[in-house]
Amino acid sequence: MSVLVYTESEGGKFKKAAFEVASYAKEVANMLGTTVTAVSINANDSSELGGYGVDKVLEIKNDKLTDFNAKAYANSLKQVVEKEEAKVVIVSSSVDSKSLASILTVYLNAGYVTNVVELPESVSPFVVKRTAFTNKAFNKTEVTAAIKIIGVSNNSYGIKEVSGTATVEGFEPLISEGDFTTNIISVDKATDKVSIADAEIVVSGGRGLKGPENWGMIEDLADVLGAATACSKPVSDLGWRPHSEHVGQTGKPVAANLYIAIGISGAIQHLAGINSSKVKVVINNDPEAPFFKAADYGIVGDAFEVVPQLIEKLKEFKANNA
Amino acid sequence: MKILVCISHVPDTTSKINFTEGDTKFDTNGVQFVINPNDEFGLTRAMWFKEKQGASVDVVNVGGAETEPTLRKALAIGADAAIRVNAEATDSFYVARQLANVVTNGGYDLVIAGRESIDYNGGMVPGMLAALTEANFVNTCIGLEIDGDTATAIREIDGGKETISSKLPLVIGGQKGLVEESDLRIPNMRGIMMARKKPLTVIDAIESSIETKAVKFEKPAPKGEVTLVSPDNVGELVELLHNEAKAI
Repeated sequence: MSVLVYTESEGGKFKKAAFEVASYAKEVANMLGTTVTAVSINANDSSELGGYGVDKVLEIKNDKLTDFNAKAYANSLKQVVEKEEAKVVIVSSSVDSKSLASILTVYLNAGYVTNVVELPESVSPFVVKRTAFTNKAFNKTEVTAAIKIIGVSNNSYGIKEVSGTATVEGFEPLISEGDFTTNIISVDKATDKVSIADAEIVVSGGRGLKGPENWGMIEDLADVLGAATACSKPVSDLGWRPHSEHVGQTGKPVAANLYIAIGISGAIQHLAGINSSKVKVVINNDPEAPFFKAADYGIVGDAFEVVPQLIEKLKEFKANNA
Repeated sequence: MKILVCISHVPDTTSKINFTEGDTKFDTNGVQFVINPNDEFGLTRAMWFKEKQGASVDVVNVGGAETEPTLRKALAIGADAAIRVNAEATDSFYVARQLANVVTNGGYDLVIAGRESIDYNGGMVPGMLAALTEANFVNTCIGLEIDGDTATAIREIDGGKETISSKLPLVIGGQKGLVEESDLRIPNMRGIMMARKKPLTVIDAIESSIETKAVKFEKPAPKGEVTLVSPDNVGELVELLHNEAKAI
């Protein structure tokens, strides 16, 4: 009856979101008066999860699960849920977790809620708060199904380190060949860049930058901050930057700790997509730009003058605080 | 090839969001409804398969009679026939079960749904539909080609993309990239006239349980005033972000 948490890893290393969902699961387990069991798939060091409140890890190591496969992963998790008789399953909001959890929901006849931003308001009835209308509103949802799957928004609960240890047990799911009907032909992934989904800081540029040739300073600023780069919809529509960088209502959602918008006026669709970010900064030469109403900090000024200065000041700051 | 495109009827992206009946219902007053953008990219891609590869394209929505203008718009863009499952679309699993029934009865080879709707943002219907109909599944799909019974799909992953080969039947969770924004079609007068004559079939919902229910909505707390920093004193921003916001 423990709370089950799926802790995602990549190349053997846990993602940051894995520690966040583990921390969340720990607190839910406290509310329910039970323990936390994590499931890891091909992670190198599962015992690490003890530092985030996990009591036991069921560790799956299987070469067939090296590449993500939504059905095979969902099938493996289903077997763990059944073995543990878990009634509450916690997952992250990554693309992969959303894919596998929607399938797992069907396999378990469960109730699944995505984009959850806080601990459950109550566990009986089980009510959680989630974002809806692309961050323009919150929605309290009651999960009535016997098995509840909770998808936690990235960077919403935070990582809580604890002093604890986790016992690690191997688990061998029955793998069905029928699950491997989609085959990955090729992968194109920038390994040296921070992805928008994982980033704590996102630096984003808009049409105010005048052209793709001016993105060097956006990348420099992102480098200093260890941030991901993003852009507004017009910039992606104009082909200045790839679609994968488009953030907003029809692009990627951003839930960073710090979002810096440069030369972005702040259309309602853009603001909706980035609204879950904790601290918002805008740099724009138009004081009437709607973004100033949504931001915490702002500079009214020419991006081409302000951004290079900001990069210098941040370098000084990093040097002094190293 | 038989294609089914799932259409959500959602408030236009510029809509102001308000609630009514003690914050338990979305206030549709004065709101313009559109085809969910993620679905529209999929519908437009389906039109390409229709024109270039002779596919038939049906559209489906789970909703009340008020969603019919949105289905008519999909017909005006070029879909052949529309189906409306007459039920209130509240719980995602409930909606997925209704759609699965339509897919199974219609014998579709390819089902294209948006990755998520821009109203409730559940993002789970495509995966559920794939599981319920035992079809293959590619989510966050940004490119799709079909050759015979084989699909080649590009899936966006965190920090990149991967190319996947899959047999049909297949369920796609689609988004921008399936086609470009500039490829989207505005229905012309001929399309609108023809849409009036195309079949729009209303079917009853099948029995299904509800696994989740929305109990209340709230709007974010009003935002405080922005703190402005002079462009001549950029260093102050760094200090504020470190000492006050604790963001760096």
